[in-house]
Amino acid sequence: MSTTVSQIDEVKTTPWAGGRSPFAVEYGKMMMWFFLLSDAFTFSSLLISYGALRFSSNAWPAPDLVFQSVPGLIEHGAPLVFVGLMTFILIMSSVTMVLAVEAGHRNAKKEVVWWMIGTIIGGLMFLGCQALEWNHLHSEGFWWGSIPSMEELKTLFHGAPSTTYAHQFANLFFTITGFHGFHVFSGVVINIIITINVLAGTYEKRGSYLMIEKVGLYWHFVDLVWVFVFTFFYLV
Amino acid sequence: MSTEPIHTEHAEEHDTMTKKRIWNVFFVLLGITCVEFFIALYLVPHGMMTYHSANPIYIVLTLAKAFYIVGYFMHLKFEKLGLVFAIIVPVLFIIGLILVLTNESHHWIDLRM
Repeated sequence: MSTTVSQIDEVKTTPWAGGRSPFAVEYGKMMMWFFLLSDAFTFSSLLISYGALRFSSNAWPAPDLVFQSVPGLIEHGAPLVFVGLMTFILIMSSVTMVLAVEAGHRNAKKEVVWWMIGTIIGGLMFLGCQALEWNHLHSEGFWWGSIPSMEELKTLFHGAPSTTYAHQFANLFFTITGFHGFHVFSGVVINIIITINVLAGTYEKRGSYLMIEKVGLYWHFVDLVWVFVFTFFYLV
Repeated sequence: MSTEPIHTEHAEEHDTMTKKRIWNVFFVLLGITCVEFFIALYLVPHGMMTYHSANPIYIVLTLAKAFYIVGYFMHLKFEKLGLVFAIIVPVLFIIGLILVLTNESHHWIDLRM
């Protein structure tokens, strides 16, 4: 590069003329943000259609009656306990993820690996819990397009049961938690790949652990979506 | 275009996300979740709060959790303002759609009665 600056190069030094990165983030990280934005639209469309159907219904399976078991331990009378555990696991794995990012900034390879392994374990635990939860609902008779018998439905509604809304609940629950679970699954796979790369020294050679930040963004987003799924399926 | 300025700027920004702060945010998230459980398992069943008054509180608490996750864990609070707007402004349209459809669904329920 020559030391004399021509006028046209001078123009390019301002942020929006291509001289500096206006957002001051690396390309891949910015693209991850915009991917997450598009994913946010997908999840919103699912959750908003759920909300619109639910608020326009005059009967809906009551969360405190549908989700009141801890699979394998307590059959009845423990509303929200199991989902509370799932929420805790996911928030916890989000914390280990940020700690991995933080270790990456210090180029502490070993620490990054341990926090990543913690995150992967958290993700697998969450998936296991979700499998138990699905299995429990499936054994009650809920599945895509199928609902429990009228007798059982009476125990799941606060008022008069409605087969129409029980069907909608079943379809929406499995679709939305399934879509979220699929995200958790792909997140775990991505985390495993990145951890292998860390162990292989890929990012050490590159000189930055920015890749950890990018997968971290995805992982936190999955956590964020769960916060909304948790509120709208289990609390409201 | 050199990538160096980006990296040095980043190193400075990340000093704001220390281990202590990470755990602080974790306890905030845990605390908010506990408040939600307290409302759902104690206040509503004991008649101190109705379903209708609890729902807006859940939504506000959920948005507070979202703010902490996106702002601190996803680091958006420390990014350039341009990026913050590029991500947040489109999301505001989602809130618009939520408001439109909750309003609309209240109309649907009247039609069904």
